[in-house]
Amino acid sequence: MQTRDSIHSPLTVWLTLVVATGITFFAGEFEGSGPAGRWLVIGVLALALFKGSLVALHFMELRHAPAVWKWSVLGWLWMVVLGIAGAYLKGTA
Amino acid sequence: MSRSHSSSSAAALPLPAALQGDIAVWIFLLAELLAFGVFFLAYAFARARNPALFDAAQAGLDRQSGLINTLLLVSSSALVAHAVAVVRRGGGNAARQGAAALLGAIACGLGFIVVKGSEYAAHFAAGMELSSSTFSMFYLCLTGFHFFHVVLGLAVLAVLWRQTVAGVYRPGDLNGLESGAAYWHMVDLVWLVLFPLVYLMH
Repeated sequence: MQTRDSIHSPLTVWLTLVVATGITFFAGEFEGSGPAGRWLVIGVLALALFKGSLVALHFMELRHAPAVWKWSVLGWLWMVVLGIAGAYLKGTA
Repeated sequence: MSRSHSSSSAAALPLPAALQGDIAVWIFLLAELLAFGVFFLAYAFARARNPALFDAAQAGLDRQSGLINTLLLVSSSALVAHAVAVVRRGGGNAARQGAAALLGAIACGLGFIVVKGSEYAAHFAAGMELSSSTFSMFYLCLTGFHFFHVVLGLAVLAVLWRQTVAGVYRPGDLNGLESGAAYWHMVDLVWLVLFPLVYLMH
C-alpha cells in the first residue's frame, strides 16, 4: 500500500512516461513502409495507449474513481486509438 | 475509512476513494476530450484519403521540438500530481513544497509555449497558412486548439499556485487544486495522442 501510493509515485510514473516517450520518438524515426510500417504504427499507438492510461489512472487518479468515470476516460482513449489505427491501417493497406 | 490508514505514516498518502475534483469540471473535461477525439479521428481519416500529401508535409515538422514538448508536458503533469500529493498529505512544509512543485509545472508549461511558439514562427516564415493544404489546415487547427488549452491551463496553474502559497488548500479540503490539476492532466493526455499522430506516424 505504501509503495503503490507513496509520495514518490508521481516520480515513478514520470520516469515510465519519459522512457516510453523516448521509445515512441525513436520508433517514429525508423518507421518503414509495408508490413514493417504497419507494425510500427501499431507499436506507436500501443505506446500512446499505455502512456495515456498512466496519466489517466495515476495523475488524474482515476484508478480510485468510480468505474463510470474511469472508463469514460479510458474508453475515450481506446476509441480514439483504435479509430486512428483503423484509419492508418486502411491507409497503408 | 481509506483515508485514515495514512495518518500513522509520513510516507503513505491518503487514498482517494472517489473522483478527485469537482464533478462539473470532470463533465467539462469529458466534453473537451470528445472534441479532441473528433479532431483526431477527422485528421486520421483525412490522412487515409491522401497519405502521400500528409506524409510529405509531416516530414517538414520539427520532431525534436515535438519530443521536447512531450517531455515538458509529462514533467509538468508529474509536478502537479506531486503538488496534489504533498498538499493532501499535509504537514508544516506542505504549502511551500506544493507551491514549489506548481511553480516548476508552470515553468515547464511556459517552456512548451516557447518551443511551440518558435515552431509556429518558423512555419509562418516559411509561408504556411490554413489554406496551404489539408495537412496545414488540420495541423494548425489541431495544435492551435491544444495550444489554447495550454495557455488556459497555465492561467489555472497560476491561480492554484497563488492559492497554495496562501495556504487555502488543506488535507481533505483541496477540491479546487484537484480540479485544476485534472484539467492540466487532460491537456497532457491529449498531447500524448497528438504528438505521435501529427509528428510521427506516417
